[in-house]
Amino acid sequence: MTLPMGRALRDVFGLTVTELAGHDPRIVMLDADTGSSTKADIFAKAYPDRFFQMGIAEQNMLGVAAGLATTGFVPFVSTFVAFAVVRPLDQIRVLIAQTGLNVKICGGYAGLFTGVTGKTHLIVDDLSIMRAMPGMITVAPGDDVEAEQVLRWAASYNGPVYVRLVRDATQRLFDGKYEFAPGRAVVVRDGGDVSLVSTGTQTPRVVDAADLLAARGIEAHVLHVPTLKPLDVPAIVAAADRTGVVVTVEEGTVIGGLGGAVSETLSEQRPTLVKRIGLQDVYGESASNSELLELYGLSAARVADQVQTFLEARTSAGHASHAE
Amino acid sequence: MTTTAQDPEIRQLEEAARRIRVGIIRSVNQAKAGHLGGPLSAADVLAALYFRVMRIRPDEPDWPDRDRFVLSKGHSSIGLYAALALRGYFPVEELLTFDSLGSRLQGHPDMTRLPGIDMSTGSLGMGISAGIGIALGCRLGGRDARTFVMLGDGECQEGEVWEAAFLAPRYGLDNLVVIVDHNKLQQYGWQGSGPDDRLPPAWPGELVAKWSAFGWRVLEVDGHDMAAVVRVLEAATVGDGRPVAIIANTIKGRGVSFMEGRYQWHTRVLTEDEFATAMADLGEAGTNPTGGAA
Repeated sequence: MTLPMGRALRDVFGLTVTELAGHDPRIVMLDADTGSSTKADIFAKAYPDRFFQMGIAEQNMLGVAAGLATTGFVPFVSTFVAFAVVRPLDQIRVLIAQTGLNVKICGGYAGLFTGVTGKTHLIVDDLSIMRAMPGMITVAPGDDVEAEQVLRWAASYNGPVYVRLVRDATQRLFDGKYEFAPGRAVVVRDGGDVSLVSTGTQTPRVVDAADLLAARGIEAHVLHVPTLKPLDVPAIVAAADRTGVVVTVEEGTVIGGLGGAVSETLSEQRPTLVKRIGLQDVYGESASNSELLELYGLSAARVADQVQTFLEARTSAGHASHAE
Repeated sequence: MTTTAQDPEIRQLEEAARRIRVGIIRSVNQAKAGHLGGPLSAADVLAALYFRVMRIRPDEPDWPDRDRFVLSKGHSSIGLYAALALRGYFPVEELLTFDSLGSRLQGHPDMTRLPGIDMSTGSLGMGISAGIGIALGCRLGGRDARTFVMLGDGECQEGEVWEAAFLAPRYGLDNLVVIVDHNKLQQYGWQGSGPDDRLPPAWPGELVAKWSAFGWRVLEVDGHDMAAVVRVLEAATVGDGRPVAIIANTIKGRGVSFMEGRYQWHTRVLTEDEFATAMADLGEAGTNPTGGAA
């Protein structure tokens, strides 16, 4: 009953941007010495004249990208999230977000799967930071199918985009008929007992959690939110209306990211009880992917257990269930 | 091309620099806010760039083959605005809107608002990185355009400057010219021998040594000797495979007697008397504070 595995998003990144560059001579790739990890090296081999090694100097790299964009090129900036977002944050703010320049910031090694690198490389708050930045479109694809479409869309869109990419293979959420649209959330499972709202490659694990819950008599509605900004407000309100109780699940801090976005939205639009599953204001550590998912409550089994406990506590506290 | 001080064109450039300085003083006085010392030290180089060296079309600010200028020391914006206005990018009267609500003349340059700004700046250290990107893009696009970037000497304390300095020679960007406005003072800096004495951001010779060590072709010039400034800028645009760093030795607050060499005039509001003295120093005696700029 678990979703099958798909390709790693980093492989999708390297192959897709390289393919796009074949049709669009404006596309260039900037790397901060992580190309063999992020798979920007695929691009480097195919288009060496349009691949710019920036060295281990990320603040400069983001500035160079801004300059290139003013001359009509479309820079894809690639390194780990820690160095693509957090370290050069002021450069992104001043030179890319405030200017609206056509730079694609592709953060690899997002979420918990950072190749056992621990707290320095495991960035818990990239979505919180980027969605708070005026002018920055923020996208966390749910699987390889969606990641490829997000990258194709980003190349065609004129303006700054942050794309969150995952190192290791994750489960496949969508079939070949899926069509990504920026700013659109999608219902990936219908159910009447609780609405689970997720983003990025956490969503497949939430779908698996919904299957586990179904075996226990709880039908979960699952909304996948690939675009954190602009946020699909009507879809989030509709998800709240569907069941009357919302649980957000994200592979990152619950502060300011998806959980924050959903809470902000529903507080204004449709006050609803929201539980936020994710990292509870803590940093990460070195461990295997599966150990980290267990530790932070993000495996399918742990998500299912937390949702069930939450619903039971709510019922025993006297809340009427939506179905009644 | 002769470029001696007796040259009529050099005289004209000196007059352009004088008018830039008048525009700086008038605008900052009108806004009752803004930087003075840095824009005044940069005025001669700005005049040489915009009125002689750069290939630009003020009536077509986005001309793809234009030379670019990035004011990495973005807090000297009013100096750049005065140069752009006098060169015809926008009406000179608009200088008096500097820093006011809705103005295209923001405290730090905003490329989304004002024509002729090739990169938004204001957070120090960034303009040189953007300049590298522009120079790479011009080369990759087959454009013969040159990119000029002006840094402050205090700005050279930013780590990003040296990330950029490390990279540019590796790509052989001889279409990139960095000018360090070496006015020997920063906003506050380190105390020297007395309370009013501040140590320079870089020691004598230090900037030449550092930029040379990073693999740049380094040229040094008196940044207030117009003929020499023109000569060095024209020499810098003859490429030899290396990016060029020009260390322009300047005086902070240049042109206004009581501001020269005084760190207190990094930013400050002028009194009426100070404004009158500044105008007199700049050969504009008897003008009223709100009169049209230059």
